[in-house]
Amino acid sequence: MGAAPEKHLSLQDPQAPGLGGGRRSRQTMDTSESKLSLVTKAEKVPAWHRSGLNLDFGFHGLLLAAALAVLGIVALIVAELIVRSTLAWQKFGLHFLAGSEWDPVSGMFGALPFIYGTLVSSVIALVIAVPLAVSVAVFVTEMCPKLLRKPIAYATELLAAIPSVIYGLWAIFVLVPILRVYVDAWLRRYFAWTGLFSGPAYGVGMLAAGTVLAIMIIPIISSITREVLAAVPQHQREAALALGATRWEMIRVAVLRNARAGITGAVILGLGRALGETMAVTMVIGNRPEIARSLFAPGYTMASVIANEFAEAADDLYLSALMEVGLALFLVTIVVNILARLMIWTVTRGLPVRAHAQ
Amino acid sequence: MKRFPVLLVLVLAVLPSSAQMKLNGAGATFPYPIYSKWFSQYHQQHPDIEINYQSIGSGGGIRQVTAGTVDFGASDGPMTDQQLKDAKLKIIHLPTVLGAVVPAYNIPGIKGELRFTSDILAGIYLGKITSWNDSAIARVNSGVSLPNQPIVVVHRSDGSGTTYIWTDYLSKVSSDWNSQIGKGTSVRWPVGLGAKGNEGVAGMIRQMDGAFGYIELIYALSNNIAFGSVKNAAGDFVKATLESTTAAAASVKAMPPDFRVSITNAPGKNAYPISSFTWLLIPADWKDKSKEKVMVDFLNWMLDEGQTMTSQLNYAPLPEAVKEKEHDAIKTIR
Repeated sequence: MGAAPEKHLSLQDPQAPGLGGGRRSRQTMDTSESKLSLVTKAEKVPAWHRSGLNLDFGFHGLLLAAALAVLGIVALIVAELIVRSTLAWQKFGLHFLAGSEWDPVSGMFGALPFIYGTLVSSVIALVIAVPLAVSVAVFVTEMCPKLLRKPIAYATELLAAIPSVIYGLWAIFVLVPILRVYVDAWLRRYFAWTGLFSGPAYGVGMLAAGTVLAIMIIPIISSITREVLAAVPQHQREAALALGATRWEMIRVAVLRNARAGITGAVILGLGRALGETMAVTMVIGNRPEIARSLFAPGYTMASVIANEFAEAADDLYLSALMEVGLALFLVTIVVNILARLMIWTVTRGLPVRAHAQ
Repeated sequence: MKRFPVLLVLVLAVLPSSAQMKLNGAGATFPYPIYSKWFSQYHQQHPDIEINYQSIGSGGGIRQVTAGTVDFGASDGPMTDQQLKDAKLKIIHLPTVLGAVVPAYNIPGIKGELRFTSDILAGIYLGKITSWNDSAIARVNSGVSLPNQPIVVVHRSDGSGTTYIWTDYLSKVSSDWNSQIGKGTSVRWPVGLGAKGNEGVAGMIRQMDGAFGYIELIYALSNNIAFGSVKNAAGDFVKATLESTTAAAASVKAMPPDFRVSITNAPGKNAYPISSFTWLLIPADWKDKSKEKVMVDFLNWMLDEGQTMTSQLNYAPLPEAVKEKEHDAIKTIR
């Protein structure tokens, strides 16, 4: 029941306190000043400038064009993918998405193993990355000594700047041997009963791909989560502490609960990156189009097969099949995004107004 | 400061005139190092001619040259009859250099060179031979104590001319492979892990005990990677070298007039059996006669002077007989 008062508190305008308000009022002052100066010089400037109406109209048009251009680009991509993959979906139909045979030599194409690999590697990445990234964000915003705050934040963001081929190389030469020698044996000993950790341990495979993906999406999740946590009003924390909450209770009840919509958003962005990541994944996933229960087994992703085979694909059906894999990747990304949005909606539905601050 | 724009205009006016003639090509990645050396050498000798080459892959090279978006293409595998029929223009194949693909492995405790037969290679890649102490391997490697270690098969994951040569060889020597898998730049591998590029395959072999894979001879030589010898069609175990690769090309008895020939499993005694030409794809009819003249001149230069530069980059040069035939073929370009 302790949560109720904070919920009530949270009904207040989240933007209200302190600095933000002050800055805003200064901005309005600035603009009024400039308006003043405009008025005094009004006689000298041309009519269109005086009214500012045309300028305003033009600016509006410009922004509208920019916004529409994004929609246009998406529509063009979809149209192009559909047109170029005609040959494949005419020949295979729905079997393309359900079939698991990929044989360029005899011209049989089924994309199921790639779809499976994309989804599973991304899920592994989220399972590893979300707890880590959120922990980093909570530590930095709530408990970190001021001196350390900047360096830790900076270091996590630096991870995002590393090119994915570097991650791939690092994964081949450092991560994979570690997985093979230490982690695989450990997982096998304690979690063999799940059936997820069996078969020969090559090091490369679904688990390696998921792990390197996790490292790649930690920065994006943790930096957005940090911003979201920082936006939680200070008085919420104070109220929780005043009610006798311990620090952990305060973080759980006042901070994390209020920020959960934002955190989910951060996770979705991370998931988006994981679904589309190509280079690092293809270097460690083993590139084998099969569906295996074991996470040690090699797999394949949609982005990887396109990158691997597009340059050397000479005949039309083959090219068209690769295009359809691209289309499937596009659709999977959209479906996953919609599902994630539905998830946010169900999570936040029962909450009071402010959770919808996004 | 006022002079600056004037200077800039001058520089811009002078720059294009330094290369009046430009030829554009695109295609295979395997011969890219030697091609770029040739094109830059040729440019040094003929400062007014510039040849650009983009290594976008053999498939892309075939597509672009048949569509007419580049002046010439390049491919690690010859175009199929169907592709030639579909093409808008007539294409001539001209072999430029030779490549070979070698079996590399990492077996703990074994330093010496292993010997392989076609049955062993096909057996391993079909998943029938799964352990290093298999009797088939032991039979031809007497004196080597092979461990009871599972074989980890590695292959290329990216579509590649290297894969084409390897699977072309396996298709010729194994009827099972030919009927179940076939040849291509990417195939449906029955077993094994896919790694990207020669460096990916080599990296995986180095790391994993019991690993076995195929890599380009050039890559193996320039990175000092140990590899085994392969029994050729004449029954001799031959290790891949530049000489044994050229010998494979020289031993092909019936060289077809269009040079579209596979030289894997070549009959020669010294021939290394997993070798192949790489080809330039040149349109037979040119509308732009000045471009045609430059192209022909370059091709002849490539066959004479160009061939002397191949060995420094670990490419095997063409045998004399093939060069002469190509000179004749170049005369048909109009």
